[in-house]
Amino acid sequence: MSNRPPYEAPTPEGRFGDYGGRFVAETLSHALDELTRLYAEVSADPDFHRELMKELGDYVGRPTPLYCAERLAAHAGGARIYLKREDLNHTGAHKINNTVGQAMLASRMGKTRLIAETGAGQHGVATATVAARLGLECRVYMGAEDIARQSINVYRMKLLGAEVAPVNSGSRTLKDAMNEAMRDWVTNVEDTHYIIGSVAGPHPYPMLVRDFQAVIGVEARAQCLEAEGRLPDLLVACVGGGSNAMGLFHPFVDDDGVDMVGVEAGGEGLATGRHAAPLNAGIPGVLHGSRTYLMDDADGQINETHSISAGLDYPGVGPEHAYWKDLGRARYTSVTDDEALGAFRVLNRTEGIMPALESSHAVAWALDEAARRPAKDLIIVNLSGRGDKDIHTVAGIDGIEV
Amino acid sequence: MSRLGERLHALRGEGRKALNTYVVAGDPHPEVTVPALHALVRGGADMIELGVPFSDPEAEGPAIQAGMERALRHRVSLAGTLDMARAFRTDDVDTPIILMGYLNPFLRMGYDVFCERAAAVGVDGVIAVNLPPEEAVDFRTSLSAQGMDLVLLVAPTTTVERAAYIASEASGFIYYVSYRGVTGAHRADAEAVAARLDELRSVAAELPVLVGFGIKDGPSAARIAPHADGVVVGTVLVETMGEGAAADIPGRLEAQVREIRQALDAA
Repeated sequence: MSNRPPYEAPTPEGRFGDYGGRFVAETLSHALDELTRLYAEVSADPDFHRELMKELGDYVGRPTPLYCAERLAAHAGGARIYLKREDLNHTGAHKINNTVGQAMLASRMGKTRLIAETGAGQHGVATATVAARLGLECRVYMGAEDIARQSINVYRMKLLGAEVAPVNSGSRTLKDAMNEAMRDWVTNVEDTHYIIGSVAGPHPYPMLVRDFQAVIGVEARAQCLEAEGRLPDLLVACVGGGSNAMGLFHPFVDDDGVDMVGVEAGGEGLATGRHAAPLNAGIPGVLHGSRTYLMDDADGQINETHSISAGLDYPGVGPEHAYWKDLGRARYTSVTDDEALGAFRVLNRTEGIMPALESSHAVAWALDEAARRPAKDLIIVNLSGRGDKDIHTVAGIDGIEV
Repeated sequence: MSRLGERLHALRGEGRKALNTYVVAGDPHPEVTVPALHALVRGGADMIELGVPFSDPEAEGPAIQAGMERALRHRVSLAGTLDMARAFRTDDVDTPIILMGYLNPFLRMGYDVFCERAAAVGVDGVIAVNLPPEEAVDFRTSLSAQGMDLVLLVAPTTTVERAAYIASEASGFIYYVSYRGVTGAHRADAEAVAARLDELRSVAAELPVLVGFGIKDGPSAARIAPHADGVVVGTVLVETMGEGAAADIPGRLEAQVREIRQALDAA
């Protein structure tokens, strides 16, 4: 054990080192103060925790398995690989861990309306789901381009009773959906709670989304100890905003022997500029309420990003990941669209598991890394979501109409 | 006292209300901006708020978003905005100019570099929409080193205690946002504004309070003016910038501002 004090972030002002904070229009300051206060209150409330665990068990279906993927590991040839099966959650991704928790906060605040931004639609579906469960009104903002490439999730949200609002400004993707959700929240802050879907945005969101997602890492850590009698050597997760990665990583932060790698969307390759990898190729700036690594131009205008996976197609990243990059607590790398697609196919064929294209980025990097490591090494990959929503995209690449 | 402070002080002395007018730099075309700024002054504007185009203007309604997109098509950003301020200053050394925008372009240029360049071209202050006072210490330090003001916003949701804190951190004036929402969404509700402004004045000490959001024409300006030191008009001017032939934008802007000026003076 090292002598360093246990990890503690953020500060009361929401800072993770130089990152994070609260860079918002004044109209929202009060709502963010209220949310911070309420969250501090419920964090110390055993009843809230009990109720949350019951919801995660009975409704979401937790705990999710930590699955030993033997044929996948044999394909790589090297280290052993475990998959944390967040794809088996209700609605098919890790996103619902957070929406269940935030919806409980919204109810305590007496809010009657939920809004959310969504890229791939997983967070939108997860928000629409908890809204239906609690009888709350729900509006989900989604870029027009993402609506076109994620039509199944759009229809799912509508079936759940949510209104899907297309966003036609800017690049018509996730960042623009987030702008529009902020505009809605500024207007309707009295009766509306904004469920941000990632560890991004103004304080307290990066902290509270992390805490709600930390159930992933808490379970994985105990499951690994149970199955192997020891901690893993390496954790791997994809990073768009970074909620599934932070959820897996955070409970291991003080375990010095556990390495962590976040995999960003390399798109067509970092050298082409057509990617969504701010931790690899960006610099610190301010967007959507926090200071973090961003993809912007020399004038400070936010760049359009590219990724085959709508859920990673975002020019910023959660501020705690920015902090960890600088600290060296986690490493951040990237894989291309093609590499992610390759891993998507391999996991289907070797394990009978169809990963989301987002999660396929983590699988792709883990396969390469496993091949470089000895058989005694243990790798946990966060399989953050299932790939049904991406069938149209993959089929399109294969030239098949489904 | 800064050029901005002097202007507001003088207006108060004369018992006149300040008319602050907003357009986006480079909208609809970089060549239109400087003539448009002079037209605002001819129409009766006391000061100019020059919008710095940004790709992700999260507090703006559709009209100003569209104005920023028009400007960005010509690649006008913070450096271009400063060029326009400089060009305006060659013919007008009196009218205060405040740059209004989002933080990232300022951050990217660097606070100190920006402040030196802005002071050199005759900019008087900055409003950064997504910069609450808690995060503003560094920028304010750089700005005040160059004698420029940092204008802060107060919203309908701001508590009195917080408004007092904001007032203690602000300079130039306090910008009171008249309603919850994005720019251009509603009309300002004079009664609701009046109630809040009395309270705000009690904590703002000497700092003037200008009201923006929802002031669209002479009548709406005249209803708000008795409760404030002045008003800010933006969305309706940006709509004018986006319509019709570029050549007659200055003329139409001037007439639009004059109507508001006359209503303010008669109020």
